[in-house]
Amino acid sequence: MHDTSAHAAAHHGPPTSFIRKHIFSLDHKVIGKQYYGLGLAAVIIGMVLSWIMRIHLGWTNYAIPGLHLLSKTGAPGDVITPEYYLQVMTMHATFMVFFVLTVAPFAAFGNFFIPIHTGAEDMPFPHFNMMSFWTTFVAFCVMLLSFFVGDGPTLGGWTQYAPLSALGPVAGPGQGSGVVIWATSIAIFCVGQLFGALNFIPNILDLRCKGMSMWRLPLPTWAWFITSCMGLTSFSVLMPAVILLILDHVAGTSFFVPSNLVLNDQLQPHSGGSTLLWQHLFWFFGHPEVYIAIVPGMGIISHVLITNMRKPMLSHRILVYSMGALAVLSYMVYGHHMFVSGMNPVSSIAFSFPTLLITIPSTIIVLIWIGSLYGAKIRINAASLFALGFISLFITGGVSGFFLAQPSIQILLHATYFVVAHFHFTMAIAAIFGIFSGTYFWFPKMWGRMMNDTLGKVHFWLSFIGVYAIFMPMHYLGLAGNVRRYQAFVVDYMQPLVGVHQFITIAALFTGAVQFIFIYNFIHSRFWGEPAPDNPWQGTSLEWSIPSPPPHDNFGGRHVVVYHDPYQYGVQSSTGDYVMQDSPEQVKTINEEP
Amino acid sequence: MATTVQQPPKVEPRRSPQPGPPGNGGFRNLLPNDGSLRAVQDHAPAPSKTGIWVVLAAITMSFAAFTSALVVRQGAAPDWHHLTLPNILFWNTLVLLASSVTLELARRRVAVFMGGPRTVDLSPARWLYVTAFLGVVFVIGQYSAWLQLRSQGLYLATNPNSSFFYLLTAIHGLHVLGGLIGLTYVIRKLNRVVLRRTTLDSFSYYWHFMGILWVYLLLLLWMRL
Repeated sequence: MHDTSAHAAAHHGPPTSFIRKHIFSLDHKVIGKQYYGLGLAAVIIGMVLSWIMRIHLGWTNYAIPGLHLLSKTGAPGDVITPEYYLQVMTMHATFMVFFVLTVAPFAAFGNFFIPIHTGAEDMPFPHFNMMSFWTTFVAFCVMLLSFFVGDGPTLGGWTQYAPLSALGPVAGPGQGSGVVIWATSIAIFCVGQLFGALNFIPNILDLRCKGMSMWRLPLPTWAWFITSCMGLTSFSVLMPAVILLILDHVAGTSFFVPSNLVLNDQLQPHSGGSTLLWQHLFWFFGHPEVYIAIVPGMGIISHVLITNMRKPMLSHRILVYSMGALAVLSYMVYGHHMFVSGMNPVSSIAFSFPTLLITIPSTIIVLIWIGSLYGAKIRINAASLFALGFISLFITGGVSGFFLAQPSIQILLHATYFVVAHFHFTMAIAAIFGIFSGTYFWFPKMWGRMMNDTLGKVHFWLSFIGVYAIFMPMHYLGLAGNVRRYQAFVVDYMQPLVGVHQFITIAALFTGAVQFIFIYNFIHSRFWGEPAPDNPWQGTSLEWSIPSPPPHDNFGGRHVVVYHDPYQYGVQSSTGDYVMQDSPEQVKTINEEP
Repeated sequence: MATTVQQPPKVEPRRSPQPGPPGNGGFRNLLPNDGSLRAVQDHAPAPSKTGIWVVLAAITMSFAAFTSALVVRQGAAPDWHHLTLPNILFWNTLVLLASSVTLELARRRVAVFMGGPRTVDLSPARWLYVTAFLGVVFVIGQYSAWLQLRSQGLYLATNPNSSFFYLLTAIHGLHVLGGLIGLTYVIRKLNRVVLRRTTLDSFSYYWHFMGILWVYLLLLLWMRL
């Protein structure tokens, strides 16, 4: 009985039955694709929900044909009620944050590429890996279920602020079983993500192939490693928080509900709870979560840019250190979501300082990208365009972050569309551009066929223009005092802003429609695309050393040995201007780090 | 961050190579066979050992969150009523700590069993059964503590103290039950002589952690409730 757990755990034979091969698969590549499919389903749901919201904001009384099918009470006569607007908004945010932005860039691509990048055959614990996906899938189904309960899904926003979320139906429509279902789904989701971290971290630390030091890992794998550590420490805090919320809701405890709370003329039976406690627990998870969404994108687009620039980043190590600094600081800044919560003003300053500090690693990362791009003859394709778009969006969103980091300005802008613009640019749209960049780049490896690049470029330009048209005007709306989460703008000073909302709605419908180009391209290329060569982009990392799509055990039984750093471009080798990581060829490097 | 293969090799073997099945491209069992490799080291910890630390980190974070919730909730309102902990909790503590001792005895037996001739019957699983028995006694003991509180009219939602008492003991109890399921798995593997040393080691980390966590929780409940 030797110490062979890694070998035995990672070594399982190719499955033969349909169920083992495609459904309850232990293969990290299948699990990665399953996660990708889940993300795709969730993003379509989230997008349709955003359309419903946007149409309502632009033309409040417009009847959307067939909307009553979604909810008879929520959309009588195909026009949504104010409560149902909030319910739709909550579900939009929940599906997007948890089931798209966490699932796609991190769980989907991470599952597919971490074992390949590290030179392993599979994840260390394939059964837990399979459970990770199916647990997340159950969470997704439970969340969907809330559309079909009596008063519909919860309306508390993805932040689910107590005490209203903790009181039950007495707090109004959407605060009944919808909250319990939401919290249950999130608790299950947390378990799924912890199973994911349980595989990602030991894989990266322990299953690296011969010669693969940590610094020889490609940047996306570094990003997934950092994100796994964040997921591990933040989802394990969200879980207790939602357990407490469920207990307040169904068991009559008073963790979050204060004394003497009168609601709808009823004195609530709870006593002594702390409403701020929920916010602290939630945002301790919530802020790292936005980095869980964006850091994988940073790794992915760096990988894509390097391959297309044909030269490494100015500094591999500083990029990694900066992503690590983002992860560490993300736990110290969470209080900036709570500047107006009644928290001690001294705490506001304490949270403001690291919030300003976190702009330093962000800026370093951006400067490394821009500095590396300077003078580079970048190949323009759909993947590199989306990577460049990511940088543009991240800078735009980051600049508004400087304003919001300061309590004196944030108090004015809190809960306005300025904030909506800020977080959509950074964590939402930038992260989605990261997913697109990764998809166009890795599609040949994942599905063995090439995507149509021309359609990809059209998809990029229309999306790029579209998202700026949606979110840029929101800065103006926010500065004009337009409060978010309102379902109609009946107050005098907001009346003139309705025209801007109508413009945003048209832009949102247009940008959403453009995504069908991607879906068409995806489906068409999946079945009828040109067969992909093993290394279509002349990349150097290990995924390009193996067939497209990779065989069951990734390397066909070969013991991979790594001889080079991940990004040996701009060298003179027998293959051209690059040398693969596993090529034993000795080359004279050009871009040597001092 | 370019490096060349011309750099001097930094091979730092820490442990002699162990034979193992070929397979995952893992480097642990392969010493670099040429001097041109810049290998980090030839040995990495087994994933299950890293994995168990990942699990323990998640559990630690969760209980840190519960602890901070308890501290904040205690300071939030003057409705904190002192709670006398049932005496059985202290006996339970001894039982759980004893189960850690028996687990260590089991690990030594298993180590001897693995190293010694297979013909000698050392019944290596015997102490594992004792550990499992003590684990079950602990869970039953915790349940009887709940019954005692219930007989005093203290329910989950009676006051914040009782809420935290039931919550923390229940979550810890669930983790112990999870440990018992893991122990059943370990015993089954051992009886089939397919147990890996790392599996047993990882399980023992988990089980000892449950003991340490319980002592921490008991102190927390004793001092705060």
